[in-house]
Amino acid sequence: MTTALHIQGGRVIDPANGVDEVRDLFVKDGLLVAEKPDHAEVIDASGKVVTPGLIDIHVHFREPGQSHKETIATGSRCAAAGGFTTVVCMPNTSPVADSTATIAWIQERAASTACVNVFCTGAITRGLGGEEMAPIGALAAAGVVALTDDGRCVQNHGVMRRAVEYAKQFGLPIMDHCQEATLSADGVMNEGEWSTRLGLPGWPSLAEDLIVSRNILLAEETGHPIHCQHISSARSVRLLREARRRGVPITAEACPHHISLTDDGLKNFDTNFKVNPPLRTPADIDEIITGIADGTITILASDHAPHAPYEKEVELDQAPFGMLGLETELAVFLEILLHQRKALTLPEIISLLTINPAKLLRLDRGTLSVGAPADITILDPDHSWNYDKNKTASLSRNSPFHEMSLRGRALFTIVGGKTVWDLESGFRS
Amino acid sequence: MTTTLPFWKHKDLCALADHSAEELLTILHTATAFKGVGERNLKKVPALRGKTLVNFFVEPSTRTRISFELAAMRLSADVVNISASASSLEKGETLLDTARNLEALRADLIVIRHKSAGSARFLADRLNASVINAGDGAHEHPTQGLLDAFTIREKLGRIEGVKVAIVGDILFSRVARSNIQLLTKLGAEITLVGPPTLVPATFAPLGVRIAHSIDEVLEKTDVINLLRIQHERQRKEYFPGVGEYTARFGLTRKRAERLKSECLIMHPGPMNRGIEIDSDVADGRGSVILDQVTNGLAVRMAVLYLCSGGAPLSKTDTNLS
Repeated sequence: MTTALHIQGGRVIDPANGVDEVRDLFVKDGLLVAEKPDHAEVIDASGKVVTPGLIDIHVHFREPGQSHKETIATGSRCAAAGGFTTVVCMPNTSPVADSTATIAWIQERAASTACVNVFCTGAITRGLGGEEMAPIGALAAAGVVALTDDGRCVQNHGVMRRAVEYAKQFGLPIMDHCQEATLSADGVMNEGEWSTRLGLPGWPSLAEDLIVSRNILLAEETGHPIHCQHISSARSVRLLREARRRGVPITAEACPHHISLTDDGLKNFDTNFKVNPPLRTPADIDEIITGIADGTITILASDHAPHAPYEKEVELDQAPFGMLGLETELAVFLEILLHQRKALTLPEIISLLTINPAKLLRLDRGTLSVGAPADITILDPDHSWNYDKNKTASLSRNSPFHEMSLRGRALFTIVGGKTVWDLESGFRS
Repeated sequence: MTTTLPFWKHKDLCALADHSAEELLTILHTATAFKGVGERNLKKVPALRGKTLVNFFVEPSTRTRISFELAAMRLSADVVNISASASSLEKGETLLDTARNLEALRADLIVIRHKSAGSARFLADRLNASVINAGDGAHEHPTQGLLDAFTIREKLGRIEGVKVAIVGDILFSRVARSNIQLLTKLGAEITLVGPPTLVPATFAPLGVRIAHSIDEVLEKTDVINLLRIQHERQRKEYFPGVGEYTARFGLTRKRAERLKSECLIMHPGPMNRGIEIDSDVADGRGSVILDQVTNGLAVRMAVLYLCSGGAPLSKTDTNLS
């Protein structure tokens, strides 16, 4: 079924095309068109902001293998309810997404159950084992948009070097979860005053900084892009800034929790605050925000990581790492970056959620160009609301943002010309 | 009856960090009254008659478990002991489910020792029963902190302004953390002593001094508390061995001679004689190591009593029924 849409009177922000003005948008047969089509459904966007559909390149939808936490269907509904039209899934499923069969399964599942666009990453190493190269050529042919061992970090520098060199022939970016395992050891939270107070094993920033440094050197050496995922440490930001100034093809992303929450959130041993890399200090937050504002960090992402309540309802050191993110992501970014810190303009923030991630992974998304897929988000950056995790579309409930008061929210999520969710009436199917 | 210290309204004791100086003094005052009970010929009071206490020790312990057991018996409670190997945790039951089963059996008080920091708090937040922390990982050991403070106050007559050196494996020590929390609240000046790997700079924000040499604190300190040092697998990357540790941080006879004559020598036990403390020093002048054990009983009676809803007692209270 195709629909014609006429999105009327909104402030259209399309950073890729340098657009920030009140204008109408038209959609026909799933694409953006220049002329108003016949019989178009009118969406009144006056007083609202219309942007390219938001893109999140870091989510865990848990299928195959962990469908008690999340499925591609429920995860995609979280995305839609958060204003995201495109997501990129991490490969730490069960089995690991290190074979064309698993990639094909995920793609098929996404095509039949997801309400947003779902792209896959493939593993760098077989089984995320960190030792043997995954079938990178076959994964590239199967349509993965990047390679990553996310959740793990390839510790063996020789293996990582060869993987980057090998991936280069396919133009596949490498995304890395930066964590040096002998330094993070059994750490469950940031190493610092609060880990000291709580007697919990620390996961020091140093463990991230060391791998960020490694990745900078490898990107420089190979000339192939490496993307550092979920940066949590101030010193990592400084390392990245210096490297990018020299023209090293290294990029980085920041997550909502790493700019809004600190390690003291764990003082009551609430496992919803346990995440990897861990929540750090106000000084880290300041440097990450500075890095977002000055172009060191060019991509915003959630690291949406659902875990079932019974898995999180355990002693803190036994609980899995990770938190929900997609439904609160836009609001947290707007609340912190736009409203509280005034660190970026709204169009700048939209760039980091649309065209920048699209460019990194070479997705034909993230713009409102005529002829592009009609992935559109309508949002209100000032909408005040309180997140209620019990109303989530996720199968899980592990959000640290429960009952938090936030400003900014998606109102309509339109994927391929179809409204899949809107704030008033919810999901359309 | 006392009305000056009505400061205990909690069902649980999970961490000394959670409580004010007034609340913690209430426990110490109440413990003073209970210590008198222990000195009597008839050592039992009926304060917890009809109550059931479960000693749920998921990590091995002898002294703390027996101390809680005796404390409960002296308060006339019924006591059951459970160890990890005898519990369903071995069969994969979660900690919370095991604890809920204990509660379903109508345990009124659960005393827990567990390897995970925060485990006592985790249960306390989810159970109606009182939860008493008997040691949670490297986090806290509240009754040890209380009995150490009780002993200092008993022997020196005060805590405020007292200089306390805590020596050893501070990083992994719940005893150190509970001591730091309580003694800083009561105005003592704490110096943590050990190599930088075991006494990292991250302790400084807790309001303590840090020293990497025992020799610089000996003449100044009023109390020296020596923690048990171990060199099992987990510690091998933190310091080279017990020989070097003893040479640099052990309270040898020679070092003990440099202590003030009235300096208290403490140890939470179990001691490694000849490693962190010389054997003669452990038994010599200034050692209050066995007083700590005796006082532990009084402190635990006070904690069980107060967490069961007992009215705070002053040291002159003798009417405990």
